[in-house]
Amino acid sequence: MITLIIGLGVLLLLGILYLIFRLTSLVGLAKDTSKDEDEAVTSANPINAALFLVFMVGGLGLFFWYSFTHFDSYNPPVASEHGAWTDTLFWITMGVTVVAFVIISIVMFIFTYKFQYRKDRKAKFYPDNHHLELAWTIIPAIVLAVLIFTGLRAWNRITSPASEQAEVIELIGQQFAWTVRYPGVTDGKLGKYDFRKIDGINEFGLDLSDKNAFDDFKALELHLPKGKEVLLMIRAKDVLHSVYLPHFRVKMDAVPGMPTQFKFIPTKTTEEMRKETGDPNFNYELACAEICGRGHFSMRLPVVVEEVADYEAWKAKQQPWLKQNPDYLSKVPVELRETAIIKAGIPAETVMDLPAAATTTMGSH
Amino acid sequence: MATTDIHAAQHVHSHDEHGHDEHHAGNFWTKYIFSEDHKVIAKQYLITGMLWALLGGILSVIFRLQLGFPDMDVSWLRPVLGGWITDDGKIDAEFYLALVTMHGTIMVFFVLTAGLSGTFSNFLIPLQIGARDMASGFMNMLSYWFFFASSVVMFSSLFLSTGPAAGGWTIYPPLSALPQAIQGSGLGMTLWLVAMALFIVSTLLGGINYITTVINLRTRGMSFSRLPLTIWAFFFTAIVGLLSFPVLFAAALLLIFDRSFGTSFYLSDIFIGGEALPNVGGSPILFQHLFWFLGHPEVYIVLLPALGITSEIIATNSRKPIFGYKAMVGSMLFIAILSFVVWAHHMFVTGMNPFLGSIFMLLTLIIAVPSAVKIFNYVTTLWQGNIRFTPAMLFSIGMVSFFLTGGITGIFLGNSAIDIQLHDTYFVVAHFHLVMGSASFFGMLAGIYHWFPKMFGRMMDRRLGYIHFWITFVGVYLVFFPMHYIGIAGFPRRYYSFTNFDAFSGFTDLNQLVSIAAIITLGAQFIFLFNFVYSIFRGKLAPANPWKSNTLEWTTPRFPQHGNWPGEIPAVYRWPYDYSKPGAKEDFIPQHIPYSETPESNLPHENELIKLETDQASGHAQGTPRPAH
Repeated sequence: MITLIIGLGVLLLLGILYLIFRLTSLVGLAKDTSKDEDEAVTSANPINAALFLVFMVGGLGLFFWYSFTHFDSYNPPVASEHGAWTDTLFWITMGVTVVAFVIISIVMFIFTYKFQYRKDRKAKFYPDNHHLELAWTIIPAIVLAVLIFTGLRAWNRITSPASEQAEVIELIGQQFAWTVRYPGVTDGKLGKYDFRKIDGINEFGLDLSDKNAFDDFKALELHLPKGKEVLLMIRAKDVLHSVYLPHFRVKMDAVPGMPTQFKFIPTKTTEEMRKETGDPNFNYELACAEICGRGHFSMRLPVVVEEVADYEAWKAKQQPWLKQNPDYLSKVPVELRETAIIKAGIPAETVMDLPAAATTTMGSH
Repeated sequence: MATTDIHAAQHVHSHDEHGHDEHHAGNFWTKYIFSEDHKVIAKQYLITGMLWALLGGILSVIFRLQLGFPDMDVSWLRPVLGGWITDDGKIDAEFYLALVTMHGTIMVFFVLTAGLSGTFSNFLIPLQIGARDMASGFMNMLSYWFFFASSVVMFSSLFLSTGPAAGGWTIYPPLSALPQAIQGSGLGMTLWLVAMALFIVSTLLGGINYITTVINLRTRGMSFSRLPLTIWAFFFTAIVGLLSFPVLFAAALLLIFDRSFGTSFYLSDIFIGGEALPNVGGSPILFQHLFWFLGHPEVYIVLLPALGITSEIIATNSRKPIFGYKAMVGSMLFIAILSFVVWAHHMFVTGMNPFLGSIFMLLTLIIAVPSAVKIFNYVTTLWQGNIRFTPAMLFSIGMVSFFLTGGITGIFLGNSAIDIQLHDTYFVVAHFHLVMGSASFFGMLAGIYHWFPKMFGRMMDRRLGYIHFWITFVGVYLVFFPMHYIGIAGFPRRYYSFTNFDAFSGFTDLNQLVSIAAIITLGAQFIFLFNFVYSIFRGKLAPANPWKSNTLEWTTPRFPQHGNWPGEIPAVYRWPYDYSKPGAKEDFIPQHIPYSETPESNLPHENELIKLETDQASGHAQGTPRPAH
């Protein structure tokens, strides 16, 4: 019933609008068919000219007002070394472009107002001026060249190879969650993987014939050491994802079949960030920035930045994946099994149950 | 100059001769449906494009409801959207992605490529260069009907139970290749690919025609240096399209193979739905390279016609020659060339070699130079003008404003170091919606207002045009300007909801503002639609040259028949921008007025051309000012 009434109301309103339109156009027709010799110039001309001026003043006013009063709400705090550089570049570019934008806008809308049609005036026949054109080709070119070179320097530093001491952490994207793999404290190296070895439990696709895999562990949070270079090794299992750490100014796609990487140095611990933002519940987050399906908007992974000592302590407490899943010892080649048991720290009583299963898999080798 | 005006004399003649009885009677079908008349085909493109624009706009408002009012109960949409509204009255998350995908596809390809280029290249090229029709009327007709078939296929995909394509308008595999990853990658994606293949055929048929027509069918005296900027823009657009669309065709074909025939061009190392797929060795990045090899030129395919149209309209309504005609042509040429070597700036953080990133950053920022030149030239054209604010002029000025606002943020995104943070955030959404979406859309609207009198022989209502402009202009800014802030704050695009992240929990106010502005802006388009339809039938009859413009289309009758000019095609003697020439009686001198008739306003070198004009008028010199034999 209500929809019907609303519908009728809308129809009525449209009908009235149409009648008004018809009336005014008929009146207009009767009034000035002779006077209006020029189709293009009407009494609305000065109004439109003035409106452009109003729009320019109002628009620029709103722009500056909002940009200054809400600065903190749209400017996320930065917590990485290269993030500080790119933020600086961003604001330099902002300075340059806002000046250009404001000047050109003002000039353009003042021209539209000032040079509005007047019957007694004739426009200036001014087809070209090579000096002017040359000037505004060269000046933007120089400004852009400066921006390009500062940008290039930052880009080259950001994408340069990571150092040997970098903390290597693997991030794996899948619909619709991230998993994290740490290289483990014994060898500090990530073990090999193969997507064909992925199953319900071995979600990394760990290749257990590689002894570096034995102490790798899985984490449900991304822990990062403050002040130390971190190298994220990024891959995806199913479709494209993108590792996006907004506070660290990090973004890199996760591509199935093509591992990618990104290195950076976190500069503020979670605690320090809580103080800086004045928000006791502040947490770093990892998001997905490449459309990946229904749950794209929900691929959140909590991120914790700690002092190096706390970070090492946290790492030491984690249990290797193999220790949590001792059944998979059977996938370890016999000659490496001893190493695996020691590296993963698997208790003796768990190992006792294994040999039977182990020999069957051995047969296939 | 002379070398560029090679005309086949016989060709021109034969055209003239059968020009007199050109308007063959024809029945309803050959006149309005399977017409080979470029003007009818242009209107077909226009009306199809407008229907698509309406649909694309409505889709965007639906997903803006979700973004602006995430708690709103939208059960009232269930009669239309059915199962896509969840039981608790929300838009389904996967359907949200389908909406975003189809909005992008429709707007970029069906509205701003077919609707814009298809309409105005078809309509204006023969009329402005002085030709009876396109080089091949039949191919031109085919071009429209391929587009129509493509439209039917794409439209029907909206009604599938699994929904239309939902992997983003860029359809990156593996998401677009695997139905198990998202429903829309089932039949919806197949139809998307088929529709795009048909679309590309249509674009190529059209493009070949535009290029051939511009090169071969110019009237006597219409040298390249006398072409209106509209024609230059359409000409470059057609060339860019001809070179880049086939690459998308190849990319789509390989994707079809991957999807249906088990190849591995784009797929490798995939574990999905509990099983490892057999595909090994493909590269998803390969698709991105192929896609953006079209995708970036596509931006200029969309934008260049709008730049051409607005150049023409701004010159006409400022009553001034366009400032720096050669620089305008040169910068369009430069943009067209550079558009082929900047594609990978869409891929800075895809894992592409960082060295490539630096090369593409360099090339990308260079393209800002010709764009800046264009803006400066527009502004200088306004300077000391005598500006008449017709609705077309208002939209053209709006277009320049969007081109500036949106273009300038490209300097951020083209810088790979800054792009790391901004990539795939709302900053990008704001950037391209202003610089390519809204700017081109305004170019299209400006074109419709300006050439409506020639298309339909009647005038559109001015006042409705003013209202339409001001609501749309302010509305578009209110929609897209706040997105810059949301983007700087880091909000990723294509997010169904921001509630899962602390970092993206703010800006509900701005998101609401954007959504409300979007609804109002869409509403204002109905004013335009009413004006358009009403004026076709009831508008005031148009005078011969309502805008006092110089170009040739205004020398045709009010309702030009097939063949455009009832008699001989007028010859051209001057460039199209002789506005407010010192000494002239009027403030415009159309292109078909010889210098011999305007001794009072001729420049010294123009007086020398007079003696060549007699040759030209009699048709002996094949239309070219050329030294005596």
